[in-house]
Amino acid sequence: MSPTGAVMRRELRSYFVTPVAYVFLVIFLVLAGILTFYAGDFYERGQSDLQPFFIMHPWLYLILVPAITMRMWAEEAKDSTLELLLTLPLTLWQAVLGKFMAAWLFIGLALALTFPIWITVNYLGDPDNGVILAGYLGSWLMAGTFIAIGSCLSALTNSQVVAFILTALVCVLLILIGQPQVLDFLQDNVPRKFINAIAHLSMLRHFEAISRGVLDLRDLLYFVLSMIAWLMASVLLLDLKRTR
Amino acid sequence: MIETEQLTRCYGNLTAVDALNIRVEPGQVLGMLGPNGAGKSTAMRMIAGFLVPTSGVARVCGHDVVREPLKAKRALGYLPEGAPSYGELTVREFLRFIVRMRGLRSDAGHRRLDEVVQHLQLDDVLDVCIDTLSKGLRRRVGLAQAILHDPPVLMLDEPTDGLDPNQKHAVRQLIDVMARERTILISTHLLEEVHALCNRVVILADGKLLADATPAELEARSRYHGAVSFSAPGSSMSQEMLGRLPEVASIEVDPLDGRITVFPKPGERILEPVEQLLQQQGLEVSEIQLERGRLDEVFRHITTEVERDTTDGGRP
Repeated sequence: MSPTGAVMRRELRSYFVTPVAYVFLVIFLVLAGILTFYAGDFYERGQSDLQPFFIMHPWLYLILVPAITMRMWAEEAKDSTLELLLTLPLTLWQAVLGKFMAAWLFIGLALALTFPIWITVNYLGDPDNGVILAGYLGSWLMAGTFIAIGSCLSALTNSQVVAFILTALVCVLLILIGQPQVLDFLQDNVPRKFINAIAHLSMLRHFEAISRGVLDLRDLLYFVLSMIAWLMASVLLLDLKRTR
Repeated sequence: MIETEQLTRCYGNLTAVDALNIRVEPGQVLGMLGPNGAGKSTAMRMIAGFLVPTSGVARVCGHDVVREPLKAKRALGYLPEGAPSYGELTVREFLRFIVRMRGLRSDAGHRRLDEVVQHLQLDDVLDVCIDTLSKGLRRRVGLAQAILHDPPVLMLDEPTDGLDPNQKHAVRQLIDVMARERTILISTHLLEEVHALCNRVVILADGKLLADATPAELEARSRYHGAVSFSAPGSSMSQEMLGRLPEVASIEVDPLDGRITVFPKPGERILEPVEQLLQQQGLEVSEIQLERGRLDEVFRHITTEVERDTTDGGRP
């Protein structure tokens, strides 16, 4: 087995022997259900799709993903297991990728466990399952971006609390930045060209496009490139820890 | 083989390791001694590839740890300070993780794992969570991790710290057995360990290499080297007589138990003349002993000398 795979397995194992995994799964599933049915007006809308379900995901991830990623490197640095890990024969990229994949697969599992909602909507009506699949894909890609951000900011600090707050902060910025309120506020102070660029940074805009079932390469690239960039930053920060 | 050339590491203004040159050959067990904060762990972290040197080179089996980190790390078994491990895992899960990380094939890996577990007497705790283990057991898990892939080079940062005397003995035996064809570097601040394990010693203080010798050579630097000590009741008489011997430099009496230590003049051997004199006087002596030298005294002498030098240098 490759070192990446070994790191991933160990990381997943740690999720499930500590309560982290179960607490996350229960809270995620309960909140996803409640928010969809109550806040999202699932029934009253009278439409057979999962829009009210997916629209809640950025906000769920905002709280729950930093809780998963905050320990990723901060805990290793504090328990000096980082020294153990990085003196084993693997590259920093393999270590970062292994941990990232573990968290991403775990969120994938959480998403898969929301299948009762999918069954419900198919039972009640006749939804376009292609759009729903796209919604799941978009949600998973967005979760991956959140995780990559969390990985980077957990590598930045030895304190899990600081890692949590910074990750949530960066994520909320990336969610809100494309909202009309924010853009209106910026309009007076920032040149028009930048406003456009800033609007394209918005995670919400790309996610909504995908979850409507429009698979545009640009939206997919946005998430993939974000993940790569934040993971590269994680590698750089960890490398910096060794030289500093 | 482990080699370092002018290995240096700075933290801001502080130089933790200062131009360190050491070389450990296969079959050697090198003990790295030094007071706390001397730079032992920092030096080891650089050799293990965890910290990047500020300048200088470290090589493990000829592989530069910065240029060929994976090759160097494959050749090295390393027990970091404090024997860190993933506490939420069981011993078995943790060691299997190491087997996979070391790229051992599963059948050979598992056979090797059983072997190591038996060596370190971890059979009973294989399925116990590491967090709940005692300090000694955790250290043994760390040792198991370090020797799992049967590396040609072994580097152990305070391997017996926190173990009871029996466990210390067991670990030393293990190292002794492994030492025959391997290169071993251990750091310690236990001087007894040097006697028990090492065939060479380096002493570090303030990041500088102050001595590189065999334990016997170090002992020879001691003021106690070649001294004769004994217990005798009614010793005030004999003290005067002893002082008149031409080979004797000075005499000290332990205020607690009245044990007398006779120091020779440089290059003189005094056991025989002292014995003769005591016999002539018809004095009853017990536990007469020729001292080999005291490592703790040499250690203190060497390491505090630097301190004095640097504090003097600091105030011109």
